Amino acid sequence: MLHLALKMLMGDRAKYLMLVGGVTFASLLMTQQTGVFQGLLAWTTSHLRNMRASIWVVEAHVDYANETKALRDTDVNRVRSVAGVDFAVPMYQGILRAKTADGADKMVMMIGLHGATLFGRPPVMLRGLLEDLRLPNTVVIDELGVARLSGGRARPIGLGDTFEINDREARIVGICRTERHFFGYPYVFSSYDQALQYAPRQRKMLSVILAEPKPGLTPKEVALRIEQETGMKAYTTAEFAAVTVDYIWKNTGIPASFMTTIILGFIVGIAICGQTFYSFVLENLRHFGALKAMGASTSRLAMMLLLQALTVGVIGYGMGVGLAAAFGFMVLESGMPPFVLQPATLWKTAGAVLLICVLAALLGIRKIARLEAAIVFRG
Amino acid sequence: MTTPRNPSATTAVRLTRVSKAFGLGDSRTLALKSTDFHAGEGEMHLVVGPSGCGKTTMLSVMAGTLNWDEGEVEVLGQRLNELSPRAITAFRGRHIGFIFQQFNLIPTLNCVENVSVPLLLNGASRAVAEKAAAALLAEVGLPDKLTKHPGQLSGGQQQRVAIARALVHAPRLLICDEPTSALDATTGRQIMELLAHVARAPGRCVIIVTHDSRIYRYADRITEMEDGRVGRILVGEDLRHFVNQPH
Ligand SMILES: Nc1ncnc2c1ncn2[C@@H]1O[C@H](COP(=O)(O)OP(=O)(O)O)[C@@H](O)[C@H]1O
Ligand SMILES: [Mg+2]
Repeated sequence: MLHLALKMLMGDRAKYLMLVGGVTFASLLMTQQTGVFQGLLAWTTSHLRNMRASIWVVEAHVDYANETKALRDTDVNRVRSVAGVDFAVPMYQGILRAKTADGADKMVMMIGLHGATLFGRPPVMLRGLLEDLRLPNTVVIDELGVARLSGGRARPIGLGDTFEINDREARIVGICRTERHFFGYPYVFSSYDQALQYAPRQRKMLSVILAEPKPGLTPKEVALRIEQETGMKAYTTAEFAAVTVDYIWKNTGIPASFMTTIILGFIVGIAICGQTFYSFVLENLRHFGALKAMGASTSRLAMMLLLQALTVGVIGYGMGVGLAAAFGFMVLESGMPPFVLQPATLWKTAGAVLLICVLAALLGIRKIARLEAAIVFRG
Repeated sequence: MTTPRNPSATTAVRLTRVSKAFGLGDSRTLALKSTDFHAGEGEMHLVVGPSGCGKTTMLSVMAGTLNWDEGEVEVLGQRLNELSPRAITAFRGRHIGFIFQQFNLIPTLNCVENVSVPLLLNGASRAVAEKAAAALLAEVGLPDKLTKHPGQLSGGQQQRVAIARALVHAPRLLICDEPTSALDATTGRQIMELLAHVARAPGRCVIIVTHDSRIYRYADRITEMEDGRVGRILVGEDLRHFVNQPH
């Protein structure tokens, strides 16, 4: 009997396509939007992954990873003197103006690394030597930097080429690979002292102190001691990432706008599927009545409707998630927009689709349960 | 009026003082007014009467597809009053075949699939059901239409498919409500001829509501209905006389 239920469903081509289309659309929207949102959230903490320090010591009022409030130079030594700190180094971070060969202005994320240790170094060096940052007026730029700063040149900017940062010459000694910064600016690395030369002069120039715990101590306990003894804020990387994501949730409209789209996808899915499936049931009411007259129990008819709805669900879900994955692969190369498809997203979408289908089926089942088989005798 | 009894027939359907009303208040209609009805096994029983007199309502009650208000309903030795709705549905599926005025074939299924439904509902495998369905389709004269869909058939052909579907599970009671009303005269006559020939089986009771006087001659018994009640019941000499009257 169940094979006939599928034939009844698929025999009605227009409604069948509408139903599958509705579920596909809903799954695509829910999965893709969640993926972009997760990607965006991951993106807000990319800076932390690029620097790879265990402990970030920042000014007491810094709320999230992409915020900078300057510290005093002497604060580095205060952190170094906390028991359990293996070493602590200064880091400069700031958005500066660079000029390309054709005279265009480009904003860059300037990172000044502690000259002796170069701690916070970029994850992957593609060309050149990071240690050359110890030479005067040198920088290492990332691949995005190559793309952004090559304007006015015959070939992409590369090793040995120069450009200007705040009217001061910068010579490229290395190309690195980074995870894109949340603000979208290319990374430009230099030594800490060099960075202070590029940056506009201010009373306080130190942005972050990166620290490592002594062997045998956890970043968490050392961070706590730093906070207690210096009054500055000390985050482990995980904590800093968590407060950053939390900050985005609480202080921006980003989650709300994504949530709206995701919920909209769900509602549209319910509306299209519920409505189409219900009209499918209404149009076939006579036939369901005939089946009832011929001895089909309500539970049997309910099984048929459930099977029909779930078939639509499985096919639509597969197509929707497939399309979302295809989208993911398409944007993977450029990283724009960021996209992270987590297994949990797939499960939750599957749950939502299941809910949509069961609701649609229940509407029909309710109708059929109340159906008098005698309607088949009426003309 | 006394009810003539054919002593040789075992009871297939017996309604005793059955009443059924539709609607409430001013729009309340008494469709069945404490009526009795009797049909025996092995007989071809025609129910006739003016439109609106309650024929369809009575058929629906004896088929167990409509709840009635008062009275006793006994079908094939089973008192329907004693059965749960679920049990009535199962009973219907096993023992009753239906032919409707509007055919009621499922348009998205082909002929074999449509005809196989009653067997599938009774738990037969798909292979067994479709084999039996094909055999019956051949018997009603459609051996070449097995995989056609109802929309590709004429009205008469569709009703033939419906007849095959009604008989495929060898029901002991066949209920037909105006099987020819949706057909033109010639086709209607062919359908009635077919019914008269293929529906008859030992022990099977065939009840047909019809206006078609041309098939009165196939009837073993004719029940006349009038205004919610069974009126004359014609058998034997009365029946022969009635059949030969111009209608
Ligand atoms: N579902 C219904 N709701 C209200 N009235 C009905 C319904 N079914 C039948 N009736 C009424 O009951 C009476 C008998 O109808 P029916 O049994 O269909 O007669 P017949 O089949 O002899 O033409 C009619 O007056 C009809 O209007
Ligand atoms: Mg009628």
